[in-house]
Amino acid sequence: MKLVVVTAGLTQPSSTRLLGDRLAEAVAQRAEVEVSVIELRDLAVDIANNFVTGFANARLRAAIEAVTEADALVAVTPIFSGSYSGLFKSFFDVIDNTALAGKPVLIAATGGTARHSLALEHALRPLFAYLRAVVVPTAVYAASEDWGGGRDAFTDGLGERIARAAQELADLLLRRAPRGPEPEAEVVPFEQQLAALRLVE
Amino acid sequence: MQFGIFSVGDVTTDPTNGRTPTENERIKAMVTIALKAEEVGLDVFATGEHHNPPFVPSSPTTMLGYIAARTERLQLSTATTLITTNDPVKIAEDFAMLQHLADGRVDVMLGRGNTGPVYPWFGQDIRQGIPLAVENYALLHKLWREDVVDWEGRFRTPLQGFTSTPRPLDGVPPFVWHGSIRSPEIAEQAAYYGDGFFANHIFWPKEHFMRLISLYRQRYAHYGHGTPEQAVVGLGGQVFMRKNSQDAVREFRPYFDVAPVYGHGPSLEEFMAETPLTVGSPQQVIDRTLEFREFFGDYQRQLFLMDHAGLPLKTVLEQLDLLGEEVVPVLRKEFAKDRPAGVPDAPTHASLLAARNDSAPVGA
Repeated sequence: MKLVVVTAGLTQPSSTRLLGDRLAEAVAQRAEVEVSVIELRDLAVDIANNFVTGFANARLRAAIEAVTEADALVAVTPIFSGSYSGLFKSFFDVIDNTALAGKPVLIAATGGTARHSLALEHALRPLFAYLRAVVVPTAVYAASEDWGGGRDAFTDGLGERIARAAQELADLLLRRAPRGPEPEAEVVPFEQQLAALRLVE
Repeated sequence: MQFGIFSVGDVTTDPTNGRTPTENERIKAMVTIALKAEEVGLDVFATGEHHNPPFVPSSPTTMLGYIAARTERLQLSTATTLITTNDPVKIAEDFAMLQHLADGRVDVMLGRGNTGPVYPWFGQDIRQGIPLAVENYALLHKLWREDVVDWEGRFRTPLQGFTSTPRPLDGVPPFVWHGSIRSPEIAEQAAYYGDGFFANHIFWPKEHFMRLISLYRQRYAHYGHGTPEQAVVGLGGQVFMRKNSQDAVREFRPYFDVAPVYGHGPSLEEFMAETPLTVGSPQQVIDRTLEFREFFGDYQRQLFLMDHAGLPLKTVLEQLDLLGEEVVPVLRKEFAKDRPAGVPDAPTHASLLAARNDSAPVGA
């Protein structure tokens, strides 16, 4: 099965990419997946050009196809101004709004402070709900301190949260029926289009 | 095979000198361009229909009627006539009138419009775009073929015993092309009626249009109008030429970089790789255009977009000289080579009239 990580980290190395990799590894330990990673930073200009021209160029088309054909996604973004980054949203804006329907998705984010962690619940989860993806219950947020200890009496550490989210995604993947090839787009026969208008001849 | 030009009719500032033509200058320029098309031996001039600035051609049959009076051979068409928001009765009448004035040198390409608000401006709902195109054309088709029409549909007031006038010239309705950028339903509609299908084939990768045309060809055969290869296909294209390809690129780049539709986006080179745009020498334009047949099959009409993005009239006229003198004669020769015997030419009034007379009962 194909697991695609979509990461909107901007720096190199990026803690957003690191979180995506950790999540993908954790899923791979629990389900048989072939992992590929899409770095949106590399597609930033292509995505902007898609807005301007109305079509995806070859490089962006390949990324969109990978996401569309994936059996599951790990989607990771830095939190900017209280929400997903513009680049992250832009990528999902140029994808067909049915491409993620029914697809298991693990959402995750990074930020400088744990105070922004609910952006996952208030911004990312509704975005993927709109796209009719199946988002796992555990969303993983990594603040700077999580890369050290980050654990307190009330919260699991990053490692435990990664494991829990990965298990949830793996469970969905294992239960997922194998998908056949996409059916050819159906043509609505013209008589049917006319009949729908109930023209009086 | 027919060759021609289609114009969007945009009023765009020339980015090289900051000059913006007036509406009057742009309208007159479109006419000059159409006359030039005939002078250099092209077959077709098609104008867009738009109801929002910065576009001038809101009234295509007015413009085409004027051009008809000043030309002898040029086929007059549209790209496109809004089947969604125009009253089909008025389309039937306007184009039949134009047909009489132009002695049959008229066909029409139907489309759905360039901007969402055009629907509410004409009292329609964009969510009904396809049903409007289906119903309105069903009525238009009937009005041109039946002298007395009773009609009731969802979108316009019913008609009882209505006759649209004038009747089409010689009783032969104008040939209809259906243009679509993205809707398989429109390819299906064109196939159902045995009409032509035109893919605008500019600004987007060819793969997108190949799917639509292949669907149209299959369904054309399904409805018994002929083989898929006999379906009537038109394509757009966009070119800018100079004798020397570097000169073409240097001269066109400032227009490209800020053009409406794609400006401020990809580089000229990227856009040429991704879409059918060709900027270069006449030979490069010939080579690229001949490839279209590989992707879409032998086809009937090739229209080029030559006059947008603020290019000055003088430049456009020079482009038409190159197109008419150096490109189209070669294309005519090359496209005629290996063209399978069954592939028809684009229908004209004369060919439709001849076909009608052939099939009429003897003595009728």
